Amino acid sequence: MAIKQKTIDEQIIVAGFGGQGVMLLGKIIAQAGMLSGLDVTWIPKYGAEVRGGTAHCMVRVSNLEIASPLVDFPNSLIVMNKLSMDKFERLLRKGGIMIVNSSLVDSRATRSDIRSYYVPANRIASEIGDVRGANMVALGAYLKARPFLKIEKIVEALRDILPSYHHKYIPLNEKALSEGARLVEGRS
Amino acid sequence: MKKIFSYPKSLKPAETHYCAGCGHGIIHRIIAEVIDEMGLRENTVAVAPVGCAVVAYDYFNFDMTESAHGRAPAVATGIRRTLPDRLVFTYQGDGDLAAIGTAEIIHAANRGEKISVIFVNNAVYGMTNGQMAPTTLLSQKTETTPLGRDAERDGYPLKITEMLASLPGVKFLARKSTHSPQEIAKAKQAIRDAFKIQRAGLGFSMVEILSACPTCWGLSPKESLDWIKNRMVPYYPLGRIKEPESELAET
Amino acid sequence: MTRPTTIERKLTTGNEAIAEGAIQAGCRFYAGYPITPQNELCEYMARHMPEVGGTFIQSESEIAAINMVFGAAVAGARAMTSSSSPGISLKQEGISYIAACELPAVISNMMRGGPGLGNVWPAQSDYFQATKGGGHGDYHLIVLAPATVQEAFDMTKEAFDLADRYRNPVMILGDGILGQMMESFEMKPAKTRQPSRKKDYILDGCKGRKPRVIQSLFLEEGMLERLNDKLQAKYRRIERELVRYEELNTNDADLILVAYGSSSRIARAVMRDARVKGLKIGFFRPMTLWPFPTEAMRKLAKPKRAFLVIEMSAGQMVEDVRLSIEGRAPVYFYGRSGGGIPSEEAVFAEVRKALKKARSKVK
Repeated sequence: MAIKQKTIDEQIIVAGFGGQGVMLLGKIIAQAGMLSGLDVTWIPKYGAEVRGGTAHCMVRVSNLEIASPLVDFPNSLIVMNKLSMDKFERLLRKGGIMIVNSSLVDSRATRSDIRSYYVPANRIASEIGDVRGANMVALGAYLKARPFLKIEKIVEALRDILPSYHHKYIPLNEKALSEGARLVEGRS
Repeated sequence: MKKIFSYPKSLKPAETHYCAGCGHGIIHRIIAEVIDEMGLRENTVAVAPVGCAVVAYDYFNFDMTESAHGRAPAVATGIRRTLPDRLVFTYQGDGDLAAIGTAEIIHAANRGEKISVIFVNNAVYGMTNGQMAPTTLLSQKTETTPLGRDAERDGYPLKITEMLASLPGVKFLARKSTHSPQEIAKAKQAIRDAFKIQRAGLGFSMVEILSACPTCWGLSPKESLDWIKNRMVPYYPLGRIKEPESELAET
Repeated sequence: MTRPTTIERKLTTGNEAIAEGAIQAGCRFYAGYPITPQNELCEYMARHMPEVGGTFIQSESEIAAINMVFGAAVAGARAMTSSSSPGISLKQEGISYIAACELPAVISNMMRGGPGLGNVWPAQSDYFQATKGGGHGDYHLIVLAPATVQEAFDMTKEAFDLADRYRNPVMILGDGILGQMMESFEMKPAKTRQPSRKKDYILDGCKGRKPRVIQSLFLEEGMLERLNDKLQAKYRRIERELVRYEELNTNDADLILVAYGSSSRIARAVMRDARVKGLKIGFFRPMTLWPFPTEAMRKLAKPKRAFLVIEMSAGQMVEDVRLSIEGRAPVYFYGRSGGGIPSEEAVFAEVRKALKKARSKVK
C-alpha cells in the first residue's frame, strides 16, 4: 500500500540467470510503483550474454525524490538462483528481506540479521502451468513480505508492460502472484 | 546572327582551375547541358567531392554542398530522403568513390538510393599531385608506384562499376569516355538516362566517365586522349553495363 | 509510447525518452548504427519515425550516419544521430564539418567504458572529446548533460531549438546508466516544434534565388581565418547566453561536491546523507558542459572552502573546475573509470578525507 505518511524507500535487487525474467520482474515493480504515485527507478545489469549469463536489476521505489538510481546495499533481495544468492546476500542491509527461489537454491541464508523466505518458485509455476511464471511467484512472495504496493497495481502494471499478445497470460500471472503470497502467509 | 554556342545556364561563367586537357571541364559542361535541357536547374541539389573537383560549386550554377572525402553518397542520401522531389547527384573522383568512400558508395547503391553518381575515373590522384588510385592500371607509373603498379604489391585496378552491377537496388550503370566528341555525346546521353532513372524513382544510377589527367600522366592533352583509348578502354570497357528492361534508347 | 494529450507520467528508459523527445521536437531524419548501450534509441526511431512521416536509416557505419545527418541538415531537416563512445569517435570527422558549415544537428552519446573497444558499462570518459571539440579544427559543440530521464526528454527537445538558434551541433552527453535506466517522468502534451526562423541557408533548389553553396573549404588568404573569427564570436555569444547549472546548499558549505550526469545523482545522495549527519556539504551540477559554468564556479571559490569533483572517468571535468577556480580553493578528485561506478559509501569516505585535507591546509 502506498502510505504517503510513512517513508517508503525500497531498494531492491532482483537477480538470476538471464531468461528467468528478472528484468521484467523489476520493471513490473517499477511500473506498479509509478502507478501508485511513487518515484521509481530501474536499472539493468547484464552478464556478458543477454541469455544464460547472470543478470540483475536494481529497482528503487520511494515516496521521496530518488537521488541515485543505483542500489549499493539493498533492503530487499529476490534471488532466483544460487549464484545470485552467493553474490548479493552479503550486501543486504540489516533487517532486510531476501526471497530465495528454493527450487534452484539448495542452501540456506548464512546471515541471521535478515529475514529470508524460501519459495519453490519454479515448482509452483510449473504446477500452475508454466515455469516461466516463477518470477511472478517470487514477486507475490515479496509483496506479501513487504506490502508497499497493491496487487491491483501489479496487475495494471502487467497490462502496461506486457505486449498485448501476451495479455492472455495475465490470469496465469495473477495465479502465480497469489500462490507466491500464500507461501509467505503467516511467516516471517 | 544566331548564337550557337554559349555557357549553359547551369554553369557559372567562371574560369575553372582545371589543367589544360583535363576532362573535368568537359564533364561539368555535359552535366550542365543535360540539367538545362531537362529544365531541372532550380530543382537540383548536388554534392561536391574531395579531389580536383572539390570546388565544383564554384562552376555549377545550382545549389551545392561540399562533403567529406568519400562521404558524398551518404550526404546525398540525407538530402534526397529529405527532399524526395529534387534531383540529387554526387560528383566524385576515383579516390573519393573507389578508395576512401567504398563503403558509402556500395551501401547507397545497395539501398537503391534515388540519387545519381557521376564517377570520374582518371586512374590517378590528381589533387595531391599524382599518386596511385584504386583505378590505376597495372604497370602505370605514379608518384607512389614509381616503377609502375605491381599487382603483387598494390593489388589490381578496381572495376567498381562492375561490382555494383550485382546489386538489385542499382538500376542504371554505364561507363563512358571523353576521348572523342562521339564518346562525349554518348556520355552525355548516359548522364541524361541516369537522371531520368532517378526522376522516375526507380533507384540508384551511376555513370563512370573515363577522363584525362595530362598533368599527372606526364602526357600532352592529345597523347592523353590516345592513352584513354589505347590503355584505359581495354581494361575498362565502355558501354551500358546495367539498365532497366524498358530501353532508354541510346542516341 | 503514445503521445499524450494531457500531462502523463511514463516509465521509460533514457534512450527512449531522448528518441521521443526528438520526434516531438520535430526531428524528421535519423540515421544510426547499433551499439550498446544506446540501441533502444535506434530501435525506438525505427519503430516511430515512420509514424510521423520521417526518415529512419540504419546506416552502414557511424561515419555514414553522421554524413547523412549532414545532408539532411543541408536540406533543412531537423536531423539526429546517436551512438556510444567508440561510435562517436568515428563521427568526429563529420561533426567537425557540421560545425564548420554551421549546420544544426543533434548527436546523442551514451558514454561507455574506454579507451579502445572498452566495455558496455557506463562511463563519463568522453568529456574531453565532447567539450573540447573532438575532431579537427577550432570548434565547439553545445553539450547538454541530463541527469534524469525527465531531463533527457526535456533537454533533447531543447537541443533542436538550440541547434537551430545557433546553427551549431548539439550533443546530448549521457552514459549507459541514463540510457538504460527506466525512470518515471512527466510527458507534456506533444506539440511538434518547428524552428522559429526560416532557414535562409539550406539547399532546396535555387528557385527564384541565386544558387547557394555550403562549404568549409576556404583557400583564399584570410578567408578561413574570417570563418574562424565568426565561429569564435558565436561561441562567445553562446557562453554568455546558455550556461546552465544546478546549485544546492552551497551558501554555508565547507565542501562542494561537483558532478554531472549520472555521477551527480550519486553526489546528490551523498550530499543529502552528509547534511543529515551534520556535515556542511554543498552540491554543484553543470547542466551545460560546454559552455561550462565557469563564472558560477568562480563565485563559489571562497576561503576555507574546498571542492570535490566526482566523475566516472580518470579525471576530465576536474580540469575545467580547476580552470574556473584558478587556485582560489583546493579542488580534489575522486573517480572510477572503465565502467566502474563510484559508490555512495566510497564518495562519502572521500568527502571526509577532503574535509580533513582542506582543514589541515587552512591551518
